[in-house]
Amino acid sequence: MGMRIVIAKPGLDGHDRGAKVIARALRDAGHEVIYTGLRRNPAEIVRTVLDEDATGLGLSTLSGAHDVLIPKICKLLRSEGMNDVIVFAGGIIPDYDRDELFSQGLRAIFGPGTQTKEIINFLQDVSSRKENGEPVGVGEELGWHWQ
Amino acid sequence: MGGIGSNVEEIISNAIGGNRRSLSKLLTIIESGKSIPTNNLGAWTLGVTGPPGVGKSTLIGKMIIEWISRGEKVAVLAVDPSSPKSGGALLGDRMRMAISDANDLVFVRSLATRNHPGGLTSFLAPMISLLSQCGWTRIIIETVGSGQSEIRIVAFADRVLLVEGPDRGDIIQAEKAGIIELADIIAINKSDLPSAQLAADSLQNSLSLSTETAIEVCLVSAHLGDGVTELVESIEQIETDSNRDTIRFRERLLSAWDSRLISHPQFNEVIRALSAGTITLDEALEQISQATN
Repeated sequence: MGMRIVIAKPGLDGHDRGAKVIARALRDAGHEVIYTGLRRNPAEIVRTVLDEDATGLGLSTLSGAHDVLIPKICKLLRSEGMNDVIVFAGGIIPDYDRDELFSQGLRAIFGPGTQTKEIINFLQDVSSRKENGEPVGVGEELGWHWQ
Repeated sequence: MGGIGSNVEEIISNAIGGNRRSLSKLLTIIESGKSIPTNNLGAWTLGVTGPPGVGKSTLIGKMIIEWISRGEKVAVLAVDPSSPKSGGALLGDRMRMAISDANDLVFVRSLATRNHPGGLTSFLAPMISLLSQCGWTRIIIETVGSGQSEIRIVAFADRVLLVEGPDRGDIIQAEKAGIIELADIIAINKSDLPSAQLAADSLQNSLSLSTETAIEVCLVSAHLGDGVTELVESIEQIETDSNRDTIRFRERLLSAWDSRLISHPQFNEVIRALSAGTITLDEALEQISQATN
């Protein structure tokens, strides 16, 4: 049984080829994917995760606003009590910004050139960790993240 | 989902008290096949069906705005198909209803068919009861828009809106039997396109040949918002047809039967035996019904 995953495009970013490729790959791996469409703000994305009772949230951003939008989304998820949601991101996110995002509770960041298989492997790994009771959610103890 | 089994009662009372997260979790519990206690307090339901691509989701998005302005709380259960190969699904109805993510008076839940025959699962009935109990006054069910689900929607919704587009081909399609006989109202969407009026006229002509009560055909543009107020007004005027109970319960029974069949412990085993040619279809049926007893 796959996971329920929201794939979201936060902020003013009109490029969603990547998000659609990921959504399709996750569907083909047996997951139920809810795609938000373009230009959603953090509150809308968190509302979608809430109403859909998603276990995972994938954020696709290529605009350079990741360092503002992603922490906002993570904080909102925590303030809504959704500490157990697994959050990951992809797109153009420079190495020097990544530690800060991991410290916000992100569990994986995928850059250009990532194979879809790697993302599916990540989801497999993270869900078996979750089953074993390890902290993998956005509001759970930090430490482990992919790679 | 740790600890949910033990305190379902508490989650239900939180959901009824207006907690969205509790409502959302309960829908997941129902979808996973567990039953929870719900009372059907006479939910107001509308099924929206029609072929893929005619604009059902976009139209629902616009109707939501109209209902909210009338003081209603709108919940949508939007059904999309699961992949028969992987079991996964891409649920994209929600993105057409932009208001769904930003308003406390709207609740949208995307559901995958999980390969349930007919495209509508029997879990819809308890979901509708729960939403109604939680104070949602307008409950919309959007179908996958093809095949049997067009008829099966009658099992779950008291009113049926059929959405069609212009350029739906020869009007002889409308003469065929099917959902068109069960629709309470028909909307021709994309009225901003030139052929829409023609489509509405020929559909109306065709329907006028029937001796039964005339079905209203509305022209709307979900894109521009034209005709949406009038459509919602007409939907509000629909008197639910109690003569439909036989069809409704027939479809409910079929749906429940299908659910039981696909969740049968020997279901996959029997399919394997069938494809290997080791048993016949009759033997397969026999095997499943014996195991049920």
